[in-house]
Amino acid sequence: MIDVIATRYYYLATFLLLGVGTYMMIGNRNIVKKVIGVNIFQTGIFLFFIASAYLEGANPPVLTTEAPHVSPLPHVLILTAIVVGVSLTAVALGLVVRIYDEYGTLDADTLWEVRADE
Amino acid sequence: MSDLVPFAVAVPIVGSVLALLAGLVRSKSGWPVAVVASAVHVGVAAELARRALFEGTVRYVVGGFEVPYGIELVVDGLSATVLGLVAVVSLGVLAYARVAGPRSNPFYAAYLLLVAGLTGLTITGDLFNMYVFLEITGLAAYVVVASGDGGRSAVAALRYLLIGTVGASLFLLGLGYAYIATGTLNMGDLATLLAEYGHTTTLVQTAFAFVVVGLLIKIAVFPLHTWQPEAYAASPDSVSGLISALVSTVSAYALIRVVYTVFTPEFLAANPLARDLLGVAAAVSIVAGSVLAVAQTEVKRMLAYSSVAQYGLVIAGVSLVNETAMIGALVHLVGHAIMKGGLFLTAGLVATATGARTVDDYEGLAERLPAGATAFGVLALAMVGIPPAVGFVGKWYIALGAVETESWVLTAVIVGSTLLTLAYFARLVERMFFRETPVAAGDAEAARDDADVGADVTAADGGDRLPAPGTVSLGMYAVVVAAAALAVALGAAVFEYAALVEPTVTSLLS
Repeated sequence: MIDVIATRYYYLATFLLLGVGTYMMIGNRNIVKKVIGVNIFQTGIFLFFIASAYLEGANPPVLTTEAPHVSPLPHVLILTAIVVGVSLTAVALGLVVRIYDEYGTLDADTLWEVRADE
Repeated sequence: MSDLVPFAVAVPIVGSVLALLAGLVRSKSGWPVAVVASAVHVGVAAELARRALFEGTVRYVVGGFEVPYGIELVVDGLSATVLGLVAVVSLGVLAYARVAGPRSNPFYAAYLLLVAGLTGLTITGDLFNMYVFLEITGLAAYVVVASGDGGRSAVAALRYLLIGTVGASLFLLGLGYAYIATGTLNMGDLATLLAEYGHTTTLVQTAFAFVVVGLLIKIAVFPLHTWQPEAYAASPDSVSGLISALVSTVSAYALIRVVYTVFTPEFLAANPLARDLLGVAAAVSIVAGSVLAVAQTEVKRMLAYSSVAQYGLVIAGVSLVNETAMIGALVHLVGHAIMKGGLFLTAGLVATATGARTVDDYEGLAERLPAGATAFGVLALAMVGIPPAVGFVGKWYIALGAVETESWVLTAVIVGSTLLTLAYFARLVERMFFRETPVAAGDAEAARDDADVGADVTAADGGDRLPAPGTVSLGMYAVVVAAAALAVALGAAVFEYAALVEPTVTSLLS
């Protein structure tokens, strides 16, 4: 068990990031921090992909270097996922600005309450 | 000749950019651009559907790479059905939106982007590509939901965004597990390699769990539905028509695709627990969604909770792994899209014409707005499952499939769901046709004030969102009546359709 944790610490980090992100999304009342929570959650997934491509002692996937290479595909996938994440954050923050203009608060409980009364 | 496939995605994207650019020249010019793009899209979709249904699966590999390295686009009978649905419904909603609004150019840009995302989700044959389209669909959906005036739609959109992103992220995580197990992302390739790796290994099971839960969030199955009622109820009427008809439907299609094409029925056979859990999720969703729908006072929220229940039926069809149930799930997917989209648009029409937005406001509607009340009544009864409407045929096939596989509990729930559906629609039908209009609500202004007091804490929000009573266009009536007619007529076409789609379903289930 200790062995696994010592050698696979990046999976532990993934797990922690996912946990922190989820907790922030659910536990934090500030909607900006909820958006940050989403970002941390996604970062955990990015790390998971990148860690899966890593190979001890391997070279970067460039033709002039010698084999073995680390797998380049997960990097490409995550590059795409990061772009998606940035767009999501932009839309989310745009909505947050609009909500703040409208209600003058960033407190999720108050906002959800306004909604629940309707 | 399969070069046509990428155009199905490209046409709406180009249209989306053009709609934005047209806004620089002249404001409110987005609608004509959207109509042209959408009409071309319908043409492309119709041709692809014809080829897929009559000539066999159409395949295209993007960028000249080879499968399994390149991204493959696949149109088979299943995706052709959903593709046609997406194209037709998005064009129909445009006819409704011309007068009902929103009218800004950025709205139509987002609208077309949503159509592009849904189309991509439908025809992709690559799991990561599916994630990207899932997010494009999501992003565009958050934007169109937020396009309503006032804060309510923005709050609903943010909530939708937070939960929807978690759903898509879980899908990505599950995809990662599948990739680690196999080293491929092509769906056909994954199916063979996952089987080689072993369907009962923890890695593959985990991949299945994450991908399916991610998609269930996107479909809005109870208890993962919490974003959905508010997103449907708070968005402008045309938007709730569009997203209720398409977004969850295409996510449900993605679920069918992932469960049957990627994980294959053998996975479900090797893991009976996974199959049982899908069945339980379906049953719980049917019951809980219906009960919550009965408890609503706002018509649009009631319709939204009704969707939670109806998707339960579709998931039930998926979990049965049976040809009849599968056809039923497909028919119900399409039928629900037409009926629920039509119901939301009718609710929007009623609200525009009379200001009625709550269940009580509908009292005596048949006198005040005969056409609207009739369309609503027909669609509601079709949804309950009165033969020969399409709502009946879909449920019939699913229930038949449940009997064939001897899943008695699920059979009971599916049959019982008809009664539950009746429970919430009967309230409205009875109020519309068999009660007098209350005196106070006799003139539209009063009814609107009532609705605003009851339905709005965000001052002036509802008032802004509603155009003045009486601005109901011919297009709005035409779309609503067409939806009602389709809901009945499609029921008759189901048997021929079942014959057409049978080869696809058989190949999915083998």
